[in-house]
Amino acid sequence: MPEQLIWGMEVFLNGLMSGVLYALVALGFVLIFKASGIFNFAQGVLALFAAMTLVGIMDGQVPFSNLINAVFGTEIYSFGWHVPALAAILLTMVVMVALAWAVNYFIFRHLVGQEPIILFMATIGLAYFLEGFGDIMWGADIKNLDVGLPQGINATIDEVTYNIFGYGFFIDNLDLWATAVAALLVIALVIFAQYSKHGRAMRAVADDHQAALSVGVSLNFIWVMVWSLAGFVALVAGIMWGTKSGVQFSLSLIALKALPVLMLGGFTSIPGAIVGGLIIGVGEKLFEFSVGPMVGGATENWFAYVLALIFLVFRPQGLFGEKIIERV
Amino acid sequence: MKQRLMATALAAAMAAGPALADLTVVDTSYRTGPYAANGIPFSDGYQDYFTLLNERDGGIGGEKINLVECETGYNTEKGVECYEATKGEGGGALVYQPLSTGITYQLIPKATADGIPLHTMGYGRTSAKNGSVFKWVFNYPANYWDGASLAVTHILNQEGGDISGKKIALVYHNSAYGKEPIRTLEELAKKHGFELTLLPVDHPGQEQKSQWLQIRRERPDYVLMWGWGVMNQVAIQEAVNIRFPMDKFIGIWWSGSENDVKAAGAKADGYKALTFHNLGSDYPVYDDIQKYVVDAGKAAGAGDQIGTVLYNRGMYAAVLAAEAIKTAQEMSGVSAINSEQMRDGMENLEMTDAKMAALGLPNFGPEFTVSCENHGGNGYGAVSQWNAEAGEFELITDYYQSDQEIISKLVVEDSKQFAEENGIEPRC
Repeated sequence: MPEQLIWGMEVFLNGLMSGVLYALVALGFVLIFKASGIFNFAQGVLALFAAMTLVGIMDGQVPFSNLINAVFGTEIYSFGWHVPALAAILLTMVVMVALAWAVNYFIFRHLVGQEPIILFMATIGLAYFLEGFGDIMWGADIKNLDVGLPQGINATIDEVTYNIFGYGFFIDNLDLWATAVAALLVIALVIFAQYSKHGRAMRAVADDHQAALSVGVSLNFIWVMVWSLAGFVALVAGIMWGTKSGVQFSLSLIALKALPVLMLGGFTSIPGAIVGGLIIGVGEKLFEFSVGPMVGGATENWFAYVLALIFLVFRPQGLFGEKIIERV
Repeated sequence: MKQRLMATALAAAMAAGPALADLTVVDTSYRTGPYAANGIPFSDGYQDYFTLLNERDGGIGGEKINLVECETGYNTEKGVECYEATKGEGGGALVYQPLSTGITYQLIPKATADGIPLHTMGYGRTSAKNGSVFKWVFNYPANYWDGASLAVTHILNQEGGDISGKKIALVYHNSAYGKEPIRTLEELAKKHGFELTLLPVDHPGQEQKSQWLQIRRERPDYVLMWGWGVMNQVAIQEAVNIRFPMDKFIGIWWSGSENDVKAAGAKADGYKALTFHNLGSDYPVYDDIQKYVVDAGKAAGAGDQIGTVLYNRGMYAAVLAAEAIKTAQEMSGVSAINSEQMRDGMENLEMTDAKMAALGLPNFGPEFTVSCENHGGNGYGAVSQWNAEAGEFELITDYYQSDQEIISKLVVEDSKQFAEENGIEPRC
């Protein structure tokens, strides 16, 4: 088999894995957009905040320690304990639910019925607020995140592919874990949305706020629930990305990777986010592999957005999005 | 009653406002944003040294230093806003240290027009080394092109002086900063016969799978890196993942701080980075910083960054600025110097081993002299290596000089072109 083809297969597989990571971020956007029509600009910052909180809890860091020390002249930085990863993840979820409640209570409950652009602007404000709040709460330093996920080349795949092709494929163990977690997450979310009482209520709110209210669905409860779910998805995305690069401000920029995925998959479809992520991941990696060397490289972001643009022209609702027809 | 109120208000304003100092130094810092983790230690070091001089020596030459901090978030527009907002502070800013190549490029024409010197230590526009064209810009003690040459010289030393036929890949931030060493490396590739592969990484650098798969396929003998922020951490993690030998992975000095290697854990052991100053906190000056600044509650940050690579670099930048102020005071006979006199002081700066030892920093940085023709120092640097067990970078070479034969030629070519485009008559 030609060398280029074998390498292309390796690139393809790695593209799939990258696509899963992009989809993880896109999922959070979809959840909130589906239930409330809000394009949540703060989704990337939610991932950062969730990951910072997780590391802070695991390391026993005192929240707001710099502020407390500056005001009271103390020297308190750590509780001196280490919380196991699973317990810390659960505690972080509690924090994310509290954040969801606060976001709804202080911001969105006051904006019911406002234009989508107003809601979007509110999420921009929320993003900036959370960036600063996270810094004050946990500090701006780079934090190591180790919840026990393995990293590095998968030896089995390396060996098997070497025996078949004479070239061992590189697949990162962390990416394999991310794929498994993403698959479970999507299955759970789909089951929740289709078969649970609250899931059906969420879909009802998504279809028509007024109609859902008229049959006794609590808009406030659904929005808090959806923001909590988005917070959970953000936590998962934050763990996967943060394990690789350390938890730091740049995590918030992973939202940039989700935008073309959303344009492709549609803003309202959970499977769309996954398929869109896979297409973008594979497409950009193969493009970089085949065309990149001819044009100086660094084509991935360009390719992702150009592909999204093409979809916007020919299928504005995305692959799986709902076609919105507004009649006068 | 009204007069008493006015007097009280005036007294309060004088007490709360900036000191009526004549030596204004602006710290365009970034404590927020994607590069905050690097901006904080540099800024802490820069400010703490000036605070030390104020607290221990009463300032410089009897004049207190008025330190003004302005947050740029590593954003070029904000950096320019900071410059415009602070250049008139306290009778006029003496010097700017933008810590950003993007901001530097925007400030070069502005600072030149305003007559305020820029010190872009180890970053910025490399050809600003030619002081006859760039009158107001200084990039001593070393620049990117020195860095590229120092890395290749280190590889030459590792390979017994012959690297013909070897493959060297450059993984770089796809920006003005990351592209700076390319021309020098191309010249060095011609001279030494190695094959150069260029691998750009888009901002912010969170995703580098393609670049590292290519490295795994092509198996270069060495990988050089021009990264900043998250790009460094991800690159080192990806190198670990593909099992690239760490001792053949060499970063520029902006890819060589503790922040960059810690995320990859023990497997980052052996990673190398260039430096133009020494490491650690085993210097007498740190005892004074602890006593007069940190213990006195006057540290710029939490006091937990002392001795880290970027804290040391920020402090070294402040040392060089302070020594230039002293030189300017001696030259002009005036203690309250202005920005033009500061520029003269920078252009006549001479850093010797004896001077560094007297400052409590023996063997901390290389000796160099600045002149009208040479605003960039002598291009000396060293190689450091990460010791994961000890949790610190260690210097593994002495200071050595970059390939001046190639770099001088490139500096002249580039600065000549800039002079022609901007109608600048070389001064010397």
